[in-house]
Amino acid sequence: MAQTVCLEFEKPFAALEEQIRQLEKVQSDRHVDMSAEIRDIRRNLVDMIRKKYSSLTPWELVQVARHPARPLTRDYIDAFVSEFRELHGDRYFSDDKAIITGFGRLGGEKVMIVATHKGRDTEEKVACHFGLPHPEGYRKALRAMRLAEKYHLPVVSLIDTAGAFPGIGAEERGQAQAIAVNLMEMSRLRTPIVCALIGEGGSGGALGIGVGDRIGILQYAYYSVITPEGCAAILWRDAKMAPQAAQALHLTPKDLIQLGIVDEIIPEPVGGAHRDPREMATVLERRLTSYLRQVRSQPIDTLLENRYERLRKLGPVTSEPLAAPSGAPTAPGAAAGDNAS
Amino acid sequence: MAKTTQPISTADKRVPEGLWMRCPGCENLIYRKQVEEGFGLCPDCKYHFRLSARQRIKLLADEGSFEEHLADIRTTDPLEFFDRKPYADRLAAEQAKTGELDAAVVGRAFIKGRPIMLACLNPDFIMGSMGSVVGEKVTHTIEKATELNLPLVIVSTSGGARMQEGILSLMQMAKTSAALARYDDAGGLYISVLVNPCTAGVAASFAFLGDITIAEPKALIGFTGPRVIFQTIKRELPEGFQTSEFLLEHGFVDMIVDRTNLRSEIAAIIDYCGK
Repeated sequence: MAQTVCLEFEKPFAALEEQIRQLEKVQSDRHVDMSAEIRDIRRNLVDMIRKKYSSLTPWELVQVARHPARPLTRDYIDAFVSEFRELHGDRYFSDDKAIITGFGRLGGEKVMIVATHKGRDTEEKVACHFGLPHPEGYRKALRAMRLAEKYHLPVVSLIDTAGAFPGIGAEERGQAQAIAVNLMEMSRLRTPIVCALIGEGGSGGALGIGVGDRIGILQYAYYSVITPEGCAAILWRDAKMAPQAAQALHLTPKDLIQLGIVDEIIPEPVGGAHRDPREMATVLERRLTSYLRQVRSQPIDTLLENRYERLRKLGPVTSEPLAAPSGAPTAPGAAAGDNAS
Repeated sequence: MAKTTQPISTADKRVPEGLWMRCPGCENLIYRKQVEEGFGLCPDCKYHFRLSARQRIKLLADEGSFEEHLADIRTTDPLEFFDRKPYADRLAAEQAKTGELDAAVVGRAFIKGRPIMLACLNPDFIMGSMGSVVGEKVTHTIEKATELNLPLVIVSTSGGARMQEGILSLMQMAKTSAALARYDDAGGLYISVLVNPCTAGVAASFAFLGDITIAEPKALIGFTGPRVIFQTIKRELPEGFQTSEFLLEHGFVDMIVDRTNLRSEIAAIIDYCGK
């Protein structure tokens, strides 16, 4: 698909794509067979992309997760949720467009969609506050989840947010309280919840709709306690150290599997979801349908017990006595801060 | 009056060294010993200085009644985190400074003869931030309260989730909240005490899930810190923004209780709601 924006490390790909376009033009304008040349360049391009994407640094991965052409929640809903009936508003204050909720069918099954949404064009982005939910968004999500519980529909949560909105209104209306209530209520919601992190998983803002029974993450999505920029600004006192922070935070899908936070990495097309949104939607739909099948077969009490245990076991502690303090710092993770790109 | 609703600056925290000191609240010169013996209150204006978790327990629990749980647990530094210096070194420095292994002290206690489970966060240990140890201790306290059918009191004062334990810190928010759901299902009484400062990941989890929510006067309480909000929206924040008084006005705390009355208020609430 045509891309109007590309990341710094994607520029070599764009150059090859341009060559292909020119050869194709020559071929059609002058009726000369360039197919062999085009095939070679295309193969070269795919190899290059594959190679680059197999060794992205955590910071590059964050860039892909935020790619301007990356498919958004609304694209996925359009692609694979049939009969989508959007439900609006939290019944207390307003309708937060950073959160989308509604009935729909996924793989033929009735579900409740609860998702964050960033917005595609400028107008939509502003309306969605760039995907940063307010308290009314979290309350809207909870209202939808309670409906789902009442009518025995599984909840499908799609997460793509840099975090909860930081602002005066958000604080006045209890941002912290709204998120806290969602964490508590989701942990005991008597209906299955399946989640997919599809782009950015930013802190409490993401977790506020992210407690569930199955959690998948797209291959180039991230999930973190704080954005790399925020972490760098606090710990390094310099937001430009974000690449180092991204490395230190262990926010990549592989890290998250190792730490037991997510169940599965959902593969993206070569070069990221933005290179083939249709393929991405097909894969995501298949995975979500599979999660739903897995959770539906379990009695709700078992599901709730497992949902609790999944969280309960997170957070390693030790009661081994402290080693005697030594003079030289010998943190084994010392390299982590140094080898980021 | 306006001045009194300004949040306490997070820069001045503990009772400073020296015989005499200047109160950041009323700017009077006050006798340090009087502050210490008065549970960190200015004798003139009742400015609430920060209390460590141990001082807080001394203030709340009946003398000699506190029985500590999980006293010896500490973090494994699961990410081997390293910023400008290794997290391991930061921890060692904080441990040396505070004499504590991490930012929470929890256990069983009595308040005016009433048995409770009690968790107190320590604002002096990496900003009272919640990593796996704080999450584990708070969850344990909630689970014990559920098991023993006891009222639960948590004193929350924290800068939020601890960045150095990454996503595992974030998950402590969900873990503690899930434990509270079970405690709630079991009919437990949870009194949440919000103390300066109480923000971010701790505010957005157990701190704001109390059946009864009490705040100390003029504490800074909120999700996003005022500095970040200011940088984001680039305009002046309203006067008294994110103070206890602001939260009371907006309906997010039940009452503001002076430190000197905290024990008796908690005991009274237990008598209304306890079994």
